[in-house]
Amino acid sequence: MNQNPQDTPIPLQKQVVIINPQGLHARPADMLVRCADGFDSTITIQKGSETVDCRSILSLLTLGATEGTELTLTAQGHDAEAALAAIGELFELGFHELGQPSQ
Amino acid sequence: MKFSDFVKKDAIRANLQSTSKEAVIDELVQSLLDAGEIAADQRDDIIAAIMKREELGSTGIGRGVAVPHTKHPSVPELVGTVGVSEAGVDFDSLDGERVQLFFLLISPPERPGDHLRALENISRQLRDESFCRFLKQSKTADDIQQLLQEADDNQFAAG
Repeated sequence: MNQNPQDTPIPLQKQVVIINPQGLHARPADMLVRCADGFDSTITIQKGSETVDCRSILSLLTLGATEGTELTLTAQGHDAEAALAAIGELFELGFHELGQPSQ
Repeated sequence: MKFSDFVKKDAIRANLQSTSKEAVIDELVQSLLDAGEIAADQRDDIIAAIMKREELGSTGIGRGVAVPHTKHPSVPELVGTVGVSEAGVDFDSLDGERVQLFFLLISPPERPGDHLRALENISRQLRDESFCRFLKQSKTADDIQQLLQEADDNQFAAG
């Protein structure tokens, strides 16, 4: 009843776009899980009406998100802001596979 | 995309015998060669490309599942096969578990969307625990084929 507002911080959101031509395939999904695991916040990714846990590679792959897909990141927790920045950067950098030969 | 769109029926293997990552990839690629889905002179190059991809990070995505894959210019369209190992294979999985279910995919380099849609289908179906469990218990290629068909017909949770 006497919950401190800091215990239930409001969720923060960030819009991202997939810019790497290969889309959200297995390796980017793995990167997202590893990145999310570095934070305490609850982190989800939404595509249209579908929302999945950013810590589950299997769930991330169900999005089938291709290049150009817009996604919404949501993080809730004491480190939500840092989590969104770090995960958002992975999208902005195209999961480090821009300009590389496709594999 | 459905399993029947990319899983080549004649290449499905129950009772995989391999016990190492490289051997099981070899066994699965050989199954596609035996089924006439890849060219014999491309076999070694395809195996090398799949192993190179594994070096970037294991495709063992957890829950006893791996999706070894590569792009390869020798295939005109996405080809895949499914293999089941009763004992499981040490595949350096992300969750450390041995892998019993393999979905091996080879796609043309210019079709990243097809690869994503295949991954989407595989991961969606595998979220259903009974589908996952039944596949791992499959003793014959026909059992596997039937389960894939049932999944395609939405007899497992499609969510």
